[in-house]
Amino acid sequence: MLEALAYPFFQRALLAGLLVSLLAGLLSPFVVQRRLSFLGDGLAHAAFAGVALGLFLRGEPLWFALPFTFVVALAITFVKERTELSEDTAIGVFFALSVALGAVFLAKAKGYVGDAMGYLFGSLLAVGPEDLWALGLLALLGLFLLPLWGSLAYATLDRELALADRLPVVIHDYLLSGFLAVSLVLAVKVVGVLLVAAFLVIPGATARLLSPTFARMTLLSLLLAALSTLLGLLLSFLLDWPSGASVVLAQAGFFALAFTKWLFPHGK
Amino acid sequence: MWALEVEDLAVRLGEFWALEGVSFRVPEGAFVAIVGPNGAGKSTLLKALLGLVPFRGRVRVLGRPLAEADPLWFGYVPQIKAFDRSFPALALELVATGLLGRWPFRLSSKVRAEALRALARVGAEGLAERPLGRLSGGQLQRVYLARAFVRRPRLLLLDEPATGVDRAGEVDLYRYLEAYQAETGATVLMVTHDWEAAHHASHVLVLNRKVVGFGPPERALSEECLRQAFGHLGHAHGLYVGGSGA
Repeated sequence: MLEALAYPFFQRALLAGLLVSLLAGLLSPFVVQRRLSFLGDGLAHAAFAGVALGLFLRGEPLWFALPFTFVVALAITFVKERTELSEDTAIGVFFALSVALGAVFLAKAKGYVGDAMGYLFGSLLAVGPEDLWALGLLALLGLFLLPLWGSLAYATLDRELALADRLPVVIHDYLLSGFLAVSLVLAVKVVGVLLVAAFLVIPGATARLLSPTFARMTLLSLLLAALSTLLGLLLSFLLDWPSGASVVLAQAGFFALAFTKWLFPHGK
Repeated sequence: MWALEVEDLAVRLGEFWALEGVSFRVPEGAFVAIVGPNGAGKSTLLKALLGLVPFRGRVRVLGRPLAEADPLWFGYVPQIKAFDRSFPALALELVATGLLGRWPFRLSSKVRAEALRALARVGAEGLAERPLGRLSGGQLQRVYLARAFVRRPRLLLLDEPATGVDRAGEVDLYRYLEAYQAETGATVLMVTHDWEAAHHASHVLVLNRKVVGFGPPERALSEECLRQAFGHLGHAHGLYVGGSGA
């Protein structure tokens, strides 16, 4: 690992991976407890449609994916808030719409389909200096979520009590969806559309198995997300595995350990 | 002083009016039992008073318009519903939300001490460090009651607090409420299907989308009021036997 750290591309991969994993690690407990795992998948496909739009218009795909995913996230929340449809139904509609739009944009962006493949699987080790700046800037947005942690957690357990205490629960729902969209687009760059949902689900799910309180779940989720990135990148460097997949495998490894501890709590 | 003044309140849920033309005034320190058939708008009334559903009409709390009322004046005990038992939380943390108005990341010693006192008030100090998801319905109800008490509210709103609680737990619940009221002079509004509890209240509000009766139990629970509220259903429940609904 120390040898790898001498390479600028590896330093960038490490920093980008840590930025993404910390943001996703902070959001993951909310995704798990609010049962938003499917939202992660839906937004990942929206990000893919945004990438395809960027390729079609010959721009930087990430800067198209970001507003596109953001709008889809808000639209899903809007449909859920204003109708009696369940969240998974709203997600299902936009999931399908995004895939359809992505297919149309890709068909029109002839000659760039190979680039789209890069976004399907991500490429942490190919993160450039400009990508890093963009990731750093966007990850800074995540800091705005920290003061809302207590309000979001309260509404996660009991939305009615939070509303009775006059918390702006609906505005917070939109903010959470917006942050999820931003972190997803960041993560798509490094792990790809197919694996991105893992970043938002596995650290929180693992932390839940080990935590009696939501505060500890959040701290553990952050720690596990960061550790998985370090371990995954090391695996990727040593074994020449795809970097995004290696990080997700490391996350799954931690989940397996936590699950074993859950099954045998006293080491029997 | 009136604890609560409700004038021409109406709540529309989707296509139909859940409440219409509801008016009543509750003196400070009263214990009001809200009764009525299923779908009468009892829970909706509490939700309107908490600002959880939009409504038409005028509501004043302790002399102030509802919008200007401090949320800390209200202690709310919701129906024990299928709340998310997978949420990792300790009973003490839920009680602390009553003081903080948000979920605690870390409990200060002051908040912890107050939350423990509130749990002790409902005989549940032993539940403080227990995971919420592993509490029985009755235990959970006591924790929610402690959460309401901890902020020392001037109005307690309870939505069928005895549901899922055994008879002994029910007696304890009313004892805790009486003790709190005696100490603080708070006003209590309780949605209930428990006729015995309704007879012990200082006031009864009989509701069936409109106010059918309001006043002392002997007047509000008259056979005429109950017939208006429950219609033929009252016979099935034996409400009219003896003319009092007891």
